[in-house]
Order: sequence, then structure tokens, then C-alpha cells
Amino acid sequence: MSFFTRILGITALLASTTLAAPVFAEGGTLVIASTQVPRHLNGAVQSGIATAVPSTQIFASPLRYDENWEPQPYLAESWEVAEDGMSVTLNLVQNATFHDGQPVTSEDVAFSIMTTKENHPFKSMFAPVEAIDTPDPHTAIIRLSQPHPALLLALSPALAPVLPKHIFGDGQDPKSHPANSAPVGSGPFKLEEFTAGEAVVMKKNPDFFLEGRPKLDEIIIRIIKDESALLIAMENGDIDLYPFMASSQSIRRLEKDEDLGVTTEDYAAVGPINWLAFNTQSDKLSDVRVRQAIAYAVDRDFITDALHRGVSSPQRGPITESSPFFDNTIAAYDVDLEKAQALMAEAGFGDGMELTVDYIPGPKEQQQSVAEYLKSQLKKIGIDVTVRAAPDFPTWAGRVSSYDFELSMDVVFNWGDPVIGVHRTYLSDNIREGVIWSNTQQYRNEKVDELLNAAAVELDVDKRKSLYAEFQQLVAGDLPVYWINQLPYHTAYDKRLQNVPTGIWGTMHPMDTVAWSE
Amino acid sequence: MNAAYILRRLFYGVLMMLGVVILNFLLIRLAPGDPAVVIAGEMGGATEEMLASIRAEYGLDKPVLTQLWIYVSSVAQGDLGQSFFFNQPVSSLIGQRIGPTILLVLTAQVLSILLGVFLGAVAARKPHGVLSAFVGVFATIGYAVPVFWTGIMFIILFASVLPWFPVEGMQSVRLRDADLWTRMLDVTHHLVLPALTLAIIYLAQYARLTRASMLDALSSEYIRTARAKGLNERSVVFSHALRNALLPILTVAGLQFGNLISGALLVETVFNWPGMGRLAFDSILRRDYPTIMGVLFFASLMVVIANLITDFSYRLADPRLKDEQ
Repeated sequence: MSFFTRILGITALLASTTLAAPVFAEGGTLVIASTQVPRHLNGAVQSGIATAVPSTQIFASPLRYDENWEPQPYLAESWEVAEDGMSVTLNLVQNATFHDGQPVTSEDVAFSIMTTKENHPFKSMFAPVEAIDTPDPHTAIIRLSQPHPALLLALSPALAPVLPKHIFGDGQDPKSHPANSAPVGSGPFKLEEFTAGEAVVMKKNPDFFLEGRPKLDEIIIRIIKDESALLIAMENGDIDLYPFMASSQSIRRLEKDEDLGVTTEDYAAVGPINWLAFNTQSDKLSDVRVRQAIAYAVDRDFITDALHRGVSSPQRGPITESSPFFDNTIAAYDVDLEKAQALMAEAGFGDGMELTVDYIPGPKEQQQSVAEYLKSQLKKIGIDVTVRAAPDFPTWAGRVSSYDFELSMDVVFNWGDPVIGVHRTYLSDNIREGVIWSNTQQYRNEKVDELLNAAAVELDVDKRKSLYAEFQQLVAGDLPVYWINQLPYHTAYDKRLQNVPTGIWGTMHPMDTVAWSE
Repeated sequence: MNAAYILRRLFYGVLMMLGVVILNFLLIRLAPGDPAVVIAGEMGGATEEMLASIRAEYGLDKPVLTQLWIYVSSVAQGDLGQSFFFNQPVSSLIGQRIGPTILLVLTAQVLSILLGVFLGAVAARKPHGVLSAFVGVFATIGYAVPVFWTGIMFIILFASVLPWFPVEGMQSVRLRDADLWTRMLDVTHHLVLPALTLAIIYLAQYARLTRASMLDALSSEYIRTARAKGLNERSVVFSHALRNALLPILTVAGLQFGNLISGALLVETVFNWPGMGRLAFDSILRRDYPTIMGVLFFASLMVVIANLITDFSYRLADPRLKDEQ
């Protein structure tokens, strides 16, 4: 059939079936809204909220986490970390099957972790994994080249989906595998329909290995890019759950709706930090005193209280303040214009200077508004700031990743463990031109490298905390970036919904206990 | 209208499409921004090796002219390529969306022609009356107001303040399992605001055009003859005058088709209508070259076909043009 007859056929079919969508059972449907578009649904080769929310429903993972950062059994009913920290043994449940009926075995787990290691952008998650032994179908032993304290968190649903080896192991590139858009997993819901850029429809998996779950018959993720249209749909009851809401206007508006609950809980591991990045190699910003002067001139509280109407919380360092590794004694740089001016004079810029600030187009309140505030605020210490807009994300990403910037607003996620989301923007060996969210500040400090490399292999939690404390003190002095606030992620939900996702990953977590009240 | 004429027009149509494909290809590459960086950004960052493998996979590492040759020859074989972003065939992405776009555009076209011609004809009967003045003012406003503004105003008025119509989308997800009749009503319910938004601007043009063309026809001699024969006014206006006045409408309707499609892009974005326009808009921001070019290809094809049909039907409708070459 030629292309044109095919298209004609599709057109005719659509004209007749535009109205004849698949038929679904009554009741038990949860409609989730998202403003972000997933490229596909396989979280093993793609990070980000848009993919992780459906991916964690379709795929199960070795472990899951409760709201206290404690690992819980999932596909692994138990696990042991070897005393020397060089291996982790996962004992898998016996009754788990993929949506196509094939059993989930240790082979699948081994294949999935190695695939994720090779193809996921977060290299540090599984970098120390050397091999995975599979002595029997329900035991997987992860062998490490060095102790890896972040490993258990990396086995979370959002980061380590267990893929069916019999489908993804056919030799095709996992990054562009056709099954990424039509995945088969072993999670609580199975994919019914994925219309790229429009909707993901998932149906209850009747053979899910956890007894009595899931509660819902169906989850539908609707992509509505226009937030005001989304809010009206939410108020009219067409949407039941809107996670990852970050606009203060939206939050305040939905809070007024009596039928809706709005919560900030459950996002502890996501750790999204809004910050001002410095190009530390530019002539004007290579002097730490200039960076510190800028930090002293900016009023973080004004940004969170006035620009963000009090919905976002201040962030003082590289590790999110909701993480157990955050060091509370870190320098805060409370606003002090005199000190800022003195630092500018000391650095030889007493007569002022000109700087350009870039920002990510899109989340205006977090990015553009802050950039514009910087312009007026930094004028007070003699810095004439030009706000440079980018027409779209690629333009901005191109500028920052090729170091064609002086100051830039940016949003970077912690992703649970510092090894996964924090190290990448401070390690000197991660200065990679052309790669966004690497160390684009081109920051180099040997001591910082040493501390981070030590913390990556330290199994003792207290020792690890003190390594990270020292790291935080150092970078807070060097200021490769000035941390401003955490994105105020909120979840809005219909109050009749029970067990709205709790944990540390928000809705990037299996929603097998979510149910409608009678 | 002979076969040679039809063949010649078809040949020009094919040439036009070839030109469109080449121009689209070159223009898109003038935009700054590397698709590989966008894909890497969407993935959450990447290493140099990953960037290189993305470029190699999509052929972005080859010289532009080689890429152009590969693209043109695969389009000639009916293959529009794979979307960089979704990694799905562009033809299937368009296949999912062309139905809703055609539904929206045709509804708006029919709505604007029917209402516009009717209003114009009525206004022409009393060119200095209140109704005529109203049509004139309405036409000016309708023509001047940007389509996205009208859409937003409709959303505020008819979806938010008075919740009569759905604010976005084409179907209610909760009615997915309803019977066909209910779902047809549901789609119609969703179609009202976007179709009306898109129709308004063209409705105004048709009304003005019909009014002018009718005034011209009504003052001609055959109308005087018709009146002299004692025909009733309704028959004179609608059977005799309007029929002749419709010729320019036909021409304009064909030419407007392209504008309607570009208008649909904005309307689809405002109303979250799952059509090609929104796909085009999103793909431009993502530098998803194959998808942008695929959508442009289809939009151009629709315009070329619409113009051909207009051309042919014009010749059929006007006996004076029948034998012209």
C-alpha cells in the first residue's frame, strides 16, 4: 500500500472513527492532567516527570519508597547489602508477570539495570555496577566496582523500571525502540492507548502481583499545555488530579475551590532547585567576590514571598533543603547592599559593570520574572543587567551548553540522592561542552571533587552527611551558582480521592492504592 | 475544460509541491538550535557520545544537501520519515491528527460561507438599512480581531463565566465508553467554540463580499428584466442575483482555504484541539524537523488541492471560461 493510499485510508478511517474511540468500563477512572509532553513511556532511557508518571504505572521496579525515605519491597520482596558494600542481593517475588503473561525473572532485572546504565542520561545512578549475577530466576546479585550508597534509591520506580528482556532485548537501540511507545511492563496498570502529545490511557492490570491492587480500573493522563484551560477543566471536574503544579497563581486559585485538596507533600526526593548560574570562566565573573556581591544584593525572601506569593520556599545550597543531607549551617547571603558594593569595589568593579542574564523560556514566574527582578536589584550595586530572552528551549540550551552566557537562570533537579542529581553540576570532570545540565558553570575545585568522590562511596550515613556538609560549605563560599528557591510543586486533587500518592517521588510512583471513596 | 488543461494544472501542482518541500527543508534549517540538544535536554541531559549517537541516528551529521536529497527521495517514495521527538513515523502522527483538523476546518468553512452569504445577501437588499450597517461593522470587527483573541474571549465567556461549552479538547474522556450517538454529540459540543472562532473572521469577509457582489448583480439589466416579468422579490434576489453573485465567493473560498488552515493552527493551540496545527506548533519549538516538514507538506497539499478544485469548479460554473486554455 503506497503512502498516499495509506494516508487516505487513515483519513477515511479517522473521519469515521474520530467519534468511535475505544470503549471502557464504567467507574474507577482517574483523570490526571499534565502540561508536559512525554516523548515515550519508557523511564529506563529517559528522565523527566512527563515520562516517569506513566512509566511508574506500567513498569514495576525492584524497590519503592515510603514518605520517610525508607525502601519498601516491590518486585524484590527482600534485599541484602553486603557488609563490604560491594554487592546487593535482590530476592524477587515469585508471582510477578509481565502484561503479556511472561514471568518476571532475575534475567529481566539484570537486563533492565544494565540497559538503564548504558542508556539513561543519569550515568552516576548505576556507574559502579559491574555485573549482575542471576543464580536462579528469583535472585539477582548486583556486583559493584565500589560501594554505592545511592544504589537503593536508584532502584526506585522512577529510575529503574524493570523491562521485559524478551521484548527490549532484541538488539534494537533501546533509546529508539518501538516498544518505548507501546511498552509492556509488570506494573499495576497496562497501556491501552498512547496518542503522542495528547493522552495516555492505562487499564488495571488484573494479574498484578500485589494482592487486591490496583484499586482503580483506569488512569488517563491528559496533556493540556495551556495552564488556564487546564485549571478551568479542573474546576469543572473534568480533571481529578493535577500534580507538579508550580505556578503561584494556579495554586492560590485552586486552593479556593472547596471540592479540591491542594498539598505540597510527596515531592521531597524530586528536589527541583531554581538558581542563578554564573559562567565562572567569564572575565567579569571569574572573581568570586563579584559572585558573592551579586548574592548579597539579591533578596531571596522577596522572590519567594512577593514574586512567588509565598508558595515557594527558599533554597540556600546545592542540596535540596528537604533532603537528609542538607547542611543547615550553610552561608545564606542575607541581603546586604553595603557589603555587596564593598565586594564589587574590592574586585576592581567599583565603577560598575554590564552583565547579561538568560533564562529558560516557559515557567515565567520561576525564570523570567526573577531575571527581570535581578535587573532592577543589581542596578543598586552598579551592575547594568540586560535580560536576554530566548525564543524557545533549544536556543537557551544551546547558549548555556556552549558557554555563551554570563548569568543564567536555570532549574535543576536533585533526583533523590546527591550522587544522581547534585554531583553532575559541580564535578570538574563533568565540564562537557554541548551538554545541558552538566557543569556548565565550568566550576573547578579539587577539594570539592575529592569530597564528592568520597561521598559517592561512603556507606556510613553520618560520615556521608559530614562529607556533604563540607562540600556544601565550600561551594557556598565559591558560589558557582546562587541558589534561590525550590520550585513549589503542589498536587491538586478531587477530595473524594483516597490515598493520593504519598512518598518522596510525587506521582512518579505506582498509584496502586489510589481509590475513589464511596 | 479539456484533458490537456487538467493535466497541465496537475503538473503545475506537483511542481509546486516539490518547490514547497525544498523550501520548507531549507527554511527550517535556518532556525538556530540543534535538535540533538533538544532531545538530550528532554532526556534530562546527555554525554557527548549520546549527542553524537542521536545526530548519527537521525542523519544530522551528514551535509545539508545530502540530507535534502535523502528527504526528497524518501518523500517521493511516500515516506515522511521518523519524528525526532516521538520517534514514531511522521505519517502516523499526522494520521492521528488529520481527522480532527479536517473536521474543524471544514466545519468552519461551511459555517462561514453559509452564514456569510446569507447575511451579505440580506444586507444587499437594503444597502442603507440597519442590518446592512450592522453587517458592515461586524465584518470590519471580525476581520480585524486576531483569531486567538476571539478564542480566549469565547473561553472566558462561554466556558468559564457561563459553563455552557467545554474549554478544551475534542472529546470528554469520561464519555469514552458511551454509545456512538452520545459521543457524536460530545464532539459537536466540543466543536462549537473552536469552529465558531475560526469561522468568524471568514464569515465577515464572505458577508462583505456577498453584499458588494449582490449590489452589483441587483443593479444589472437581467434583474430589471426579471422584475419586469413580475417575479417575486425572493425569487429575484435568491435565484437570479445570488446565483451570479456567488462566482467571486467561490474563488475567494478556494483561496481562503490556506488561511483557514493557518488559522486552525492558532485555534487548535488555544482550544487544545488534537489536530495538525498544534502538532506543528509544538514541533517547531522542539526542532522536530521531519514532523514540521510533514505537517507543512500536508497543509500545502490541502491548499494545492483546494485551489485545483476551485479552479476546475469555477470553470464549470462559468460558461465563459469553459473553453479557455
